[in-house]
Amino acid sequence: MIETIGLRKTFQPKGPGVKKKGAAAEQIVAVDGINLHVDAGEIFGLLGPNGAGKSTTIKMLSTLLAPSGGQATVAGFSLETQRSEIRRVIGVVSQSGGLDSEETPMRELVHQGVLFGLDRHAAAKRVTELLDRFELGAAATRQIKTLSGGQRRRVDIALGLVHSPKLLFLDEPTTGLDPQSRANLWDEVRRLRSEGTTVLITTHYLDEADALCDRLAIVDHGRIVAEGTADVLKAGVGGDVITLHLTDPSAADCVIRTSGLATHVEPFGDDALRLTVGRGDSTVGPLLRLLDEAGIETTSLSTARPTLDDVFLRHTGRSLRDTAA
Amino acid sequence: MLHDVRTIFIRSITQVLRNPVWVVVTLVQPLFYLLFFTPLLKRTIGSDRLNGGSAYDIFVPGLLMQLALFGTAFAGFSLVSELREGVIERMLVTPVRRSALLIGRVLANLVALVFQATVITLVSWPMGLNLRPSAILGIVVLLGVGITFASLSYTVSMIVGSEDALASLLNFVTVPILLLSGMLLPLSLGPKWLQRVANINPLKHAVDAARDLFRGHLTTFAVGRGVTVVFVCAAAALIIGTRKFEHYAD
Repeated sequence: MIETIGLRKTFQPKGPGVKKKGAAAEQIVAVDGINLHVDAGEIFGLLGPNGAGKSTTIKMLSTLLAPSGGQATVAGFSLETQRSEIRRVIGVVSQSGGLDSEETPMRELVHQGVLFGLDRHAAAKRVTELLDRFELGAAATRQIKTLSGGQRRRVDIALGLVHSPKLLFLDEPTTGLDPQSRANLWDEVRRLRSEGTTVLITTHYLDEADALCDRLAIVDHGRIVAEGTADVLKAGVGGDVITLHLTDPSAADCVIRTSGLATHVEPFGDDALRLTVGRGDSTVGPLLRLLDEAGIETTSLSTARPTLDDVFLRHTGRSLRDTAA
Repeated sequence: MLHDVRTIFIRSITQVLRNPVWVVVTLVQPLFYLLFFTPLLKRTIGSDRLNGGSAYDIFVPGLLMQLALFGTAFAGFSLVSELREGVIERMLVTPVRRSALLIGRVLANLVALVFQATVITLVSWPMGLNLRPSAILGIVVLLGVGITFASLSYTVSMIVGSEDALASLLNFVTVPILLLSGMLLPLSLGPKWLQRVANINPLKHAVDAARDLFRGHLTTFAVGRGVTVVFVCAAAALIIGTRKFEHYAD
């Protein structure tokens, strides 16, 4: 459904203090050569912190932004030469949504249908279906500025579905939503998949990527640093994760490394270490004995199955929990 | 294409009608000029300079051009809020033609403009304006001016992206365009250098053409030049505006 090779986007820096001359050397690289392969009928996630280049990637793939380099096909059409063909078969739900707050959901949805070439009657029929599906019946003729965040988001998504697209782009769809609305939205996205719609979703929420996406790509600084199913990515971390809070992490780091108890050791904040070990439960005993013998005090210890954050940490050296706003 | 233009036009005209107060507010300024400035003009310039026409025959066409300028140059404000809410980005990822996004909006502005121009003309009639059938052609020039400034206003609003920046830019640009159009007083009263500077102002040529048309002179040089200048400007503004919609996000 989506194929990209070396997709790139660079921006000319704007604003005060930017010199005109030699600007070519100071270009901001938002997307730095992304290779993507999204299959028809899957939910594919782009996971990464704000500013990683996820939205820019979606804007390019949805024909809004012209790539600075690389190639892409979307739904079988060339991004370079067949933009209007692509626009007919994709639905886009941007972060801002794109609703006129003075208008009503009904009017905006019908108008969107007409923009896609439906006649008013056909558009109205489709809109009634969607309003029903998204439980927006009661809100259909109210001004959009009076709707709740969750209702508004549902209108945004309905707007992207008016023309029954083959491929739906969802840019940070659950940002700012309450847990209940969020869960409902996840169900709705799964339902779209069951109906055969391909979904490309961006998120900076680990649980969202984990719960919703069939496959995902972890994006940082405009590059894909890891790609696969959540399970495969987690398995790639190499085992369970032990988090140790210690009085002297650097000494402990040295002792643990020489002992060979952990396959991977990395600092975690100022006073903790994260170890990757084969089995957490059987390693805890020897580990504590080792630290005790070395005279290093352990203040707390926890073991866990690896999470996507561990995957992110492994590939970028940072925790997504710290970088995500 | 027609379908797209109609879809955008209906949306835009609905937005205009949602706040019809703006259509009326824009009318107030030219009405004040009509009531409080034209009597002065009558006394100031001798009748020999008026080529047999009344002060209203000279002044009202200029006033209509002023209306076209101020009525459409601020059209970009409505686009700024749509840009901010992401409405335009949403429409840009639909198959709608980029030219229709512009033309549909401009048409809605023209409808408002024709309504305003009709009000001003009808109010001036009993005051002393000699209304001739050729005035209709003057309205055509008016439409050309409206297309030009509405298109440019939308283009600029996409570039600056904020109401504040758009407002200061418009104030900076519209006043010299207005003063150098000869709208308030005929430029032939002024020194040569002023006339030369005014000659690069397209609105000046529109005003000249409209004055001739309102006085029933259809085949003058000023009419030919004015109509040509105005419609070349309108076509250029439409092309520039469409290109900006095509490359809005870049």
